[in-house]
Amino acid sequence: MTTGEIAPEPTGQQPSGGQSTVEEPHDYTAAGGHGAVPTTGVPSERDPQGAARRDWPLWEIFVRARRGLSHVHVGSLHAPDAEMALRNARDLYTRRQEGVSIWVLPAEQITASSPDEKDAFFDPAADKIYRHPTFYSVPDGVRHL
Amino acid sequence: MTPSLSDAASSDADLRPTRPSGTATGLATAEQSDIAGYALRLGDDALIYAQRMSGWIAAAPQLEEDVALGNIGLDLLGQARSLLGYAGTVEGAGRDEDDLAYLRDERDFVNAQIFELGNGDFGFTIARMLVTSSYQHELYAGLTESRDATIAAVAAKAVKEVAYHLDHATQWTLRLGDGTDESHRRMQRGLDALWPYVAELFESDDLIARLVAAGVAVDPESIATPAMAYVASVLARASVEVPQTHVRHTGGRRGVHTEQMGYLLAEMQYLHRSHPGATW
Repeated sequence: MTTGEIAPEPTGQQPSGGQSTVEEPHDYTAAGGHGAVPTTGVPSERDPQGAARRDWPLWEIFVRARRGLSHVHVGSLHAPDAEMALRNARDLYTRRQEGVSIWVLPAEQITASSPDEKDAFFDPAADKIYRHPTFYSVPDGVRHL
Repeated sequence: MTPSLSDAASSDADLRPTRPSGTATGLATAEQSDIAGYALRLGDDALIYAQRMSGWIAAAPQLEEDVALGNIGLDLLGQARSLLGYAGTVEGAGRDEDDLAYLRDERDFVNAQIFELGNGDFGFTIARMLVTSSYQHELYAGLTESRDATIAAVAAKAVKEVAYHLDHATQWTLRLGDGTDESHRRMQRGLDALWPYVAELFESDDLIARLVAAGVAVDPESIATPAMAYVASVLARASVEVPQTHVRHTGGRRGVHTEQMGYLLAEMQYLHRSHPGATW
């Protein structure tokens, strides 16, 4: 799970330099492995494909706080598919009654403006103060403005 | 596990009983001890299962699943607080929820054995959640009609929580069963290991029979068919086979438990027993 800025997942395979080749056998069975639940046959060594389990895609989460408001981006999470992403979002982002509706969408489907283009995109608006409605005096009695 | 149940799930404080609601509905005194015993069974199921779910925190396959299983554990802990608090109130011996959770010994716990079994791998945990949530969903749906006002109120809240647990288990059963060869193998093996403990959930006894007659309890045998029909439908969709076994373990309601129960209680109770009355 990450929060904040949309960070596209690296798509290329990570070099496996950090993985040691042969691990000592570890017993990863929970709760001591006593009694009725068989533990024989459960792989007790580190899963050689353990890194693959981290490859769930990233989903961006949008939550609507209540009727009449827009869905607002609240963060992102990993999930194997959209249905599980919705459920993970429910657990991660609406624990304290923050929302009445959730959208999820694949982070890779978002096309974001590039920081390299920031000057061209946004600076031209900087000197156009006439676009701000600050040259008008608001008549008395006008509310909700 | 926390030193005091009341610190862990304080949002459920509104369900804490202040007096036996059985009195308000005119139930006889003889039923009071039955009701206390019944609330204790339901509360022990929830408490022991909550402790098991807390064991997954920081150990689940993904951070998101840590949170999901932790949330489910907190739901169960909230149910346990309400039910154990009520059991202590009806019992009238001055024991509160913490006394019941932390100061009883193994033979005094009356949870079904299926809840105390070690978490095993993720396949076993999901297999158990599918069965127990289906059972609890039928149970609490029925208990919303209980003549005991407190049990009905707890059930009305719990049935929504358990519906989500059931959905979570269903989603994962489908994905594990239809996933890779390894996930399918683990799902099937989890079910096979679980199955001898399933039948105990639907057993009845004299206490249950008296409370069913009084309109307080749900007859476990009456919910076996719908609860297991749902499980079977999910397993069919997940291409996992319903295990066939004649082995049935039982005895939890009489205080007979598996070897794993002692380890669970040692972990859950030692802090409270070492530092009586400790709070955050």
